[in-house]
Amino acid sequence: MKPVSVVEGQMVPLPHANIDTDQIIPKQFLKGVKRTGLGPNLFYNWAYDEEGERESGFVLNRPEYAEAAVLVAGPNFGCGSSREHAVWSLADAGFEAILAPSFGPILENNCYQNGLLPVVLGDDDAEEFAKLAADPANSVTIDLPAQRVSSGDFTASFEIDPHVKERLLNGWDQVDITLQSVADIEAYESSRPSFMPALG
Amino acid sequence: MLDKVWDDHVVRSAPGEPDLLYVDMHLIHEVTSPQAFESLTLSGRRVRRPDLSMATVDHGIPTVGRELGITDPLSKRQIEALEQNCEEHGITLFGVDDLRQGIVHIIGPEQGLTQPGMFIVCGDSHTSTHGAFGALAIGIGTSEVEHVLATQTLPRAKPGSLAVTVDGDLPLGVTAKDVILGIIREIGVNGGHETVIEYRGSTITGLSMAGRMTVCNMSTEAGAVAGMIAPDDTTFAYLEGRPYVPTGALWEEMVAYWETTPSDADAVFDREVVIDTAGLEPFVSWGVNPAQVVEVTGRVPSPDSFDDPLERDSARRALEYMDLEPGTAMTDIGIDRVFFGSCTNARIEDLRAGAEVIQGRTVHPDVGAMVVPGSGLVKLQAEEEGLDRIYKEAGFEWRDAGCSMCLAMNDDILSPGERCASTSNRNYEGRQGRGGRTHLMSPQMAVAAAIAGHLVDVRAWQ
Ligand code: SF4
Repeated sequence: MKPVSVVEGQMVPLPHANIDTDQIIPKQFLKGVKRTGLGPNLFYNWAYDEEGERESGFVLNRPEYAEAAVLVAGPNFGCGSSREHAVWSLADAGFEAILAPSFGPILENNCYQNGLLPVVLGDDDAEEFAKLAADPANSVTIDLPAQRVSSGDFTASFEIDPHVKERLLNGWDQVDITLQSVADIEAYESSRPSFMPALG
Repeated sequence: MLDKVWDDHVVRSAPGEPDLLYVDMHLIHEVTSPQAFESLTLSGRRVRRPDLSMATVDHGIPTVGRELGITDPLSKRQIEALEQNCEEHGITLFGVDDLRQGIVHIIGPEQGLTQPGMFIVCGDSHTSTHGAFGALAIGIGTSEVEHVLATQTLPRAKPGSLAVTVDGDLPLGVTAKDVILGIIREIGVNGGHETVIEYRGSTITGLSMAGRMTVCNMSTEAGAVAGMIAPDDTTFAYLEGRPYVPTGALWEEMVAYWETTPSDADAVFDREVVIDTAGLEPFVSWGVNPAQVVEVTGRVPSPDSFDDPLERDSARRALEYMDLEPGTAMTDIGIDRVFFGSCTNARIEDLRAGAEVIQGRTVHPDVGAMVVPGSGLVKLQAEEEGLDRIYKEAGFEWRDAGCSMCLAMNDDILSPGERCASTSNRNYEGRQGRGGRTHLMSPQMAVAAAIAGHLVDVRAWQ
């Protein structure tokens, strides 16, 4: 995973509540066996009409948001299924961070695994950024080390688990970290109760 | 209970770091695993404990005409990838031709692989189902699937706890599905955020294991990390004699352990919610998330009735998508399709309850209705009990086991504008097919709707 430190770029507003992963990437795009190439299918049912033509009214399709790198969403963004395809498609479409008051729990973890930064903001701050994002001329800077988000004169701070932050800053792979604890895993295994189920 | 199960699985704990937890059972399906196996192989790693992993095919598999082979080339490739990965890594697969194949959250319990006090993970959000046994069971993403394959562990910070207490007898015609829909309506689709919900109270302990699984299944729809119910005699009776449950002295030892896992009487929760059973009725969803539900005797609400601006926006968008007018009586809503299936409601108890509603009646001529048993074994059992005949004679299609129209990854899919009464768990926009409109409800209500051709209060038939 590549390290994440400061994200700068254009915002795009999608401030509805409870945008679920079925909206982010519909099921027909889950049939692949690779992680790549999902960007064009992001928000497919909103982004394309039934003939497969781009919906010009959908905010992400508007040319003035073509460079957007930060999505400004409503509460419980990415609730629903565990499909990591949601995060792969966001990343593939050029997003580096998402600002929202809260995230679906699995999506939030999936973001961390892929170096996409989910920034949890207070309700009022999230609303302010949604307003700022409505003007495509506004850009945003997310400073992970300082845990600060700012656009123009407006700045908000955010909380993040210190361990997750360190991992993101260093681009550490979680499996590598865990494998340093192999001795602990082995010790645990040797004391597991024998009645726990196992397959042949 | 959360604390006890959690503490029993800590492999490593260090200040300022998430706990490293040992995974007792890793359930795998074809859709969220191929990329995990691919990266595992690319990094030259092996599956640490193939014996603590179980795989099946459910999401993309057809529910009809399987003998002709899988015709969708993409689904076929995913299924073959899983077969190959399981073969290569020595993981037990309940594959396409296995009678035990089925929805991963139905077959884990069915095989006795889901037990109290376990830590269970699966690359699927409805892993919360297994919490019905007093296991801590959480859904994970594909990168974490890879992590579990490689290490049999998962790093996690401990979530908070939320006690949801439901006491008292259920009113007539009210099912486990209505209990969980009522809970979600009360606490909201984000009400369980960053918590593990423990469902308790006499209503919950009075439920069968099937009912408890229905409740825990939809914990994820309440935004929770997991849902749990304390194991008791009902749990033990369900498990005794299952294929992966030992007998004799080991069984005694297990039960003794299981009995230590429920919360102590003085356990403290971060938050508590009490649900009044008197307010529970057969619920039906009118919108595009599972909190947007109303009593079947109720009416489609007006967006203006919501104080919160985000909820109002969401109700307005939902009604537009669902093509519903505020004030419409729910029972005036006509339907085109009925989907009876999914990990929420496709166990044998559900099929029995649905069949009881039929009483010689037939599916409305304008409705296409299908029954999709949750597993090959559920299907077989139902056929042994003659339930398949009851459904078929009434005009329902009788399908093979899989996720089917719950997420419509195979050919079981709604056409744009079609309206469906569904026993599944998600009424999200496009979930059952682009432009399709889903109304969530219990099996009994879905069967009644199939017969009536519109939503109907099944209690009037009882
Ligand atoms: S039945 Fe539906 S909710 Fe359950 S695992 Fe399958 S797709 Fe997911």
